[in-house]
Amino acid sequence: MEKIKVAILGPGNIGSDLMYKVFRSEHLEMGLMAGIAESEGIKRARSFGVPASVEGIDGVLELDDVDIVFDATNAFSHYTHAPLLESAGKIAIDLTPAAVGPYLVPCVNIGELSNAPNVNMVTCGGQATIPIVYAISRVAGAKYSEIVACISSLSAGPGTRANIDEFTQTTAKAIEIVGGADKGKAIIVLNPADPPITMSNTIYVQIKNRSAGIEAIAKSIDEMVADVQKYVPGYRLAVPPMLDGDKVTVCIQVEGAGDFLPAYSGNLDIINSAAIGAAEIIAKGLLAQRAK
Amino acid sequence: MGKKIHIVDTTLRDGSHAVAHSFTPGQVSAIASGLDSCGLEYIEFSHGDGIAGSTYNFGFSKYDEMDLLREAANAIKNAKLTVLLIPGIGTVEDLDLAKECGAKVVRVATHVTEADISMQHIKAAKDLGMIACGFLMMVHMAPVETIVEQAKLMESYGADYINIADSAGYMLPGDVKSAVDALVSNLTVPVGFHAHDNLSFAVANSLAAVESGATYIDATLRGLGAGAGNAQLEVIAGVLQREGYDTGLDFYPLMDLAEQVLEPIMVRPQIINTASLMLGYAGVYSSFLLHVYKAGEKFGLEPRDILVELGRRRMVGGQEDMIIDVAYKLSQDRGLA
Repeated sequence: MEKIKVAILGPGNIGSDLMYKVFRSEHLEMGLMAGIAESEGIKRARSFGVPASVEGIDGVLELDDVDIVFDATNAFSHYTHAPLLESAGKIAIDLTPAAVGPYLVPCVNIGELSNAPNVNMVTCGGQATIPIVYAISRVAGAKYSEIVACISSLSAGPGTRANIDEFTQTTAKAIEIVGGADKGKAIIVLNPADPPITMSNTIYVQIKNRSAGIEAIAKSIDEMVADVQKYVPGYRLAVPPMLDGDKVTVCIQVEGAGDFLPAYSGNLDIINSAAIGAAEIIAKGLLAQRAK
Repeated sequence: MGKKIHIVDTTLRDGSHAVAHSFTPGQVSAIASGLDSCGLEYIEFSHGDGIAGSTYNFGFSKYDEMDLLREAANAIKNAKLTVLLIPGIGTVEDLDLAKECGAKVVRVATHVTEADISMQHIKAAKDLGMIACGFLMMVHMAPVETIVEQAKLMESYGADYINIADSAGYMLPGDVKSAVDALVSNLTVPVGFHAHDNLSFAVANSLAAVESGATYIDATLRGLGAGAGNAQLEVIAGVLQREGYDTGLDFYPLMDLAEQVLEPIMVRPQIINTASLMLGYAGVYSSFLLHVYKAGEKFGLEPRDILVELGRRRMVGGQEDMIIDVAYKLSQDRGLA
């Protein structure tokens, strides 16, 4: 089957895990792993026969046959990369907090964004919880929604730690924009337990329409969980929805696929899997266009 | 004159847990002005889980937190108004707002192993010209070397003093002494201690901290606080005075304030009941207490069974949502749900 070539900017843990996921993809293949030094990640890519460059964004721009670029660097770098990628006609999937493009949670809004030149993957907590917020808001409305994401300390990188406000603020905003809540709030907790805990998330929604009924809410959530499981098999309902007055509470656990990163870091897996899931849909669109 | 010990009153912050975050403007004003006139140097006010903690997860505040903060600021003449900020819950934006409302000091609190998530907020506080305290919670869960290493991180971000918290009320005086001794000899900034009374050691542990060189002590009127409460302020005042320390506190007016102003607004006696004892015994975050009662009722479980399971899973502060998860699983296992 014909495949679309992708490049990954940033050969760290996230970039390496993305590469493993590209290997498994039916529609994507590695065109380039790009970094800025002869790092472990660059060597790892080469050892798999993947072309690698230490010229960063310049290495990517040289390749005309790369259509989709995952940016797993940092927000500051993405501000530079975004306009360059756009003028080179490459689609950017941004995993940094830069959010130059609109927020994308594939199972909610890929339909609207499959032609966007640049999309942002929100946060790991956002990818885990916003599908549920949306599943509730689409049947019962959402006046307010709050999520608590608990991740293992080992899976929180130095970037997240140095700017944890970015996580809470970005996630809260995306709960509103993508999840459909009038007001959003996000809380993140790091747990150092050993062996590491699996990512767990609690979603609270204050619904607008109590007459929607718990059955309709539960059905909407079940459908959404099945949709997310298409790209994150380890996504599961830990506590089914409970209705208490106008408050709905749901708990979700996310176990990673264990590609490059350990399975407990479901938080890293879900944002990568969502990015790959989005790239596959975009790739199918590109292939269909080219077949015409 | 004896050695100076700085007392941080946290009746209006940790005590907020004990009244399910229902303090009214009148209560805040009366307590803050009373404490101020008794010579308190620091008066902490915020939601029990820090600024912006008013949520489903931690319980909503009955009144707007920033309005109450202004109320406290207006009631205080000499004391420094202090807020708690837990990164992951509150943000620098919330801190800006708190400063506008009159906060002069912020205590940035993280789990004992996660100090690096406080860098952003400690630095922001210093840029705002505030006093910043690095506050390590649940210190019973980490060895002394880790506590020192994490405290040093906070010191390196610019923290003016480091406070350690026995958030589960698990420690005994010997544990406190080891931790404080190590901190005092490894840090250049002062060290403070925050106790919980779940095993009835809050005042004894506070005294052990002072004897080991801590110069900041947290306390609350009548011990009002999460779990079995904190070190009781009026007792601390009496004990430290008798031991020859200078706290600057007026002992008699403080006793009166506790009895006449605080006691009438307490919703339950601040005692060590079964669930509080289990917090201390199992090493669980004291603020989980009221949430565990609620979950116990909802799922038909004994609060202590939920607490033991939370301890076994090594849950940390902020994971109040996992109380539901644990209660749901326990009730499923027992065929209740």
